[in-house]
Amino acid sequence: MTTVDTTATAPVVRSPAVSSWRAVLLVMEHFWTWYRRNWRATIVGSVVEPLLFLVAFGLGFAVLVNNGGRLAELTGGLPYIVWLAPALLTMNTLQIATFESSYPVVSGFKWQRIYWAITATPVTAAQAGVGHLSWIAVRMLTSGVVYVAILVPFGGVRDGGIVVSLLAATLCGAAFAAPVMAFATVVRKEGPAFGALFRFVLIPMTLFSGTFFPVDALPVWVRPLAWATPLWHGTELARGAALGSLQLWPSVGHLAYLVVLLVVGMLLVQRQFRARLYR
Amino acid sequence: MPGVSDGLVQARGLRKDSGDVHAVRGIDVDVGRGEVFGFLGPNGAGKSSAMRMIACVSPRSGGTLQVLGMDPYVDGPKIRARIGVVPQLDNLDAELTVRQNLEVYGRYFGMSRAAVRAKATELLAFAQLTDREGDEVEPLSGGMKRRLSIVRSLVNDPELLLLDEPTTGLDPQARHLLWDRLYRLKRQGVTQLITTHYMDEAEQLCDRLVVMDGGLIVAEGSPAELIGRYSTREVVELRFPLDDAPPVAELEQLVERLEVLPDRLLLYAADGEAVLAAAHQIGIRPLSSLVRRSTLEDVFLRLTGRRLVD
Repeated sequence: MTTVDTTATAPVVRSPAVSSWRAVLLVMEHFWTWYRRNWRATIVGSVVEPLLFLVAFGLGFAVLVNNGGRLAELTGGLPYIVWLAPALLTMNTLQIATFESSYPVVSGFKWQRIYWAITATPVTAAQAGVGHLSWIAVRMLTSGVVYVAILVPFGGVRDGGIVVSLLAATLCGAAFAAPVMAFATVVRKEGPAFGALFRFVLIPMTLFSGTFFPVDALPVWVRPLAWATPLWHGTELARGAALGSLQLWPSVGHLAYLVVLLVVGMLLVQRQFRARLYR
Repeated sequence: MPGVSDGLVQARGLRKDSGDVHAVRGIDVDVGRGEVFGFLGPNGAGKSSAMRMIACVSPRSGGTLQVLGMDPYVDGPKIRARIGVVPQLDNLDAELTVRQNLEVYGRYFGMSRAAVRAKATELLAFAQLTDREGDEVEPLSGGMKRRLSIVRSLVNDPELLLLDEPTTGLDPQARHLLWDRLYRLKRQGVTQLITTHYMDEAEQLCDRLVVMDGGLIVAEGSPAELIGRYSTREVVELRFPLDDAPPVAELEQLVERLEVLPDRLLLYAADGEAVLAAAHQIGIRPLSSLVRRSTLEDVFLRLTGRRLVD
């Protein structure tokens, strides 16, 4: 018999019964089984809301946007909707990310308690967390495809660059979903906590991260706040890809920011899931 | 250091501390293949903590533990692949169908889609849920959900089944149906570990049990052995008017042991009717009297001075 140091907080995994990749895929399959029955409830977020935003800003607000001057400088003469569309796509993806990584995670621990069921199988706590996050990424990607399909008749899509925008939006959403998930594992009163998250983080971010107007229209001292948000980095990438105006080093910077946030968030998710499920 | 046991579970000096709380304070447990083993004790005795360590979801704070010959700390996923767990609180997928709950869960054990389909069909019949297989879980009764939880834990044909308070909160009919299913599993050779604070459940189901109190094992044996060792064959329960002090001194002369509960006296004797007759003879007139066999409740009262369920 081996002597094992039991002072650490989480069990080590020397010999998994299913591989990590397999475990993550199985967790995704679990959520997919749920989604197949319950996808109708997500239509509001992925179809109705995009339509409302497109009508309000792409058709309505666009009338006030002077189709020359500064806009021409930004888009090279393309209409406002082409400039707006990839940013709206990114914003919608971020909203889905925030919603999917908040209440459903609390439910997994507190209400339906499915994480406890999953970790009674060979799947580990960390794999359950990463699996759920991967599912959220799939949800964002598929919602994004629907969003792009909606953008086309509005004249919001210029060329195939939108596919890169979609990937950038999904990366941005995942990079934000990971820390929100870690946050969701520690909140005790989820109502006020998520209310504050939506009101004081999500909404300001959607308003001031360059979705509707360029960040340099803001006062100098406010701009760093916008630069600090994942949405600004995601929007810059998505828009650059859609307009074909990506530049190497800024793009590397945006990518690096989002990847670091995603990796740190994923490490936090794994640590928090272990702490919560292996007590 | 103990050698590798041929038993399914072997614990030596097993401890669990959570902060300042010493939930389990050093217990030795041996569970053999095919056995139904019980942890009996009141809430907070450390039963569920012990169970979670055996289920490989709670790292131990001290001592040694072997489950299926492996250390949960090292081989947790491997052990979990071969055990079944019925948690104290149901954690079914409320928005999936009854059948989907089984199939999704089976997939986590590496089973193919065809295998989980076949297994689900078999388990639904065993749980008497076949006619509800397409329904969502949420509207099911408590007993049905519990049955589904139990068959879900069987999806991987476990060698060891861990049941944490399997019938808490169920009505008598639902409990008896569950007990029947657990008995059938025992006959199929499935080793079971059950925690309960119901004496009747422990007596019905367990071949052997430990009585836990305050994180320690205070007694161990079969239900009959424990009753034989710590109690008398029969018990006389007497109630007296609330305002009068009951005649404790006189009654103590007549019996081996006497317990004073808030609402009644318990008199321990081999022959309850004889005690009752003797009490009548010296002029004692209780409001009501009842002669019954000793149960594990009496064992627990003797060992801890407290009752199991208030």
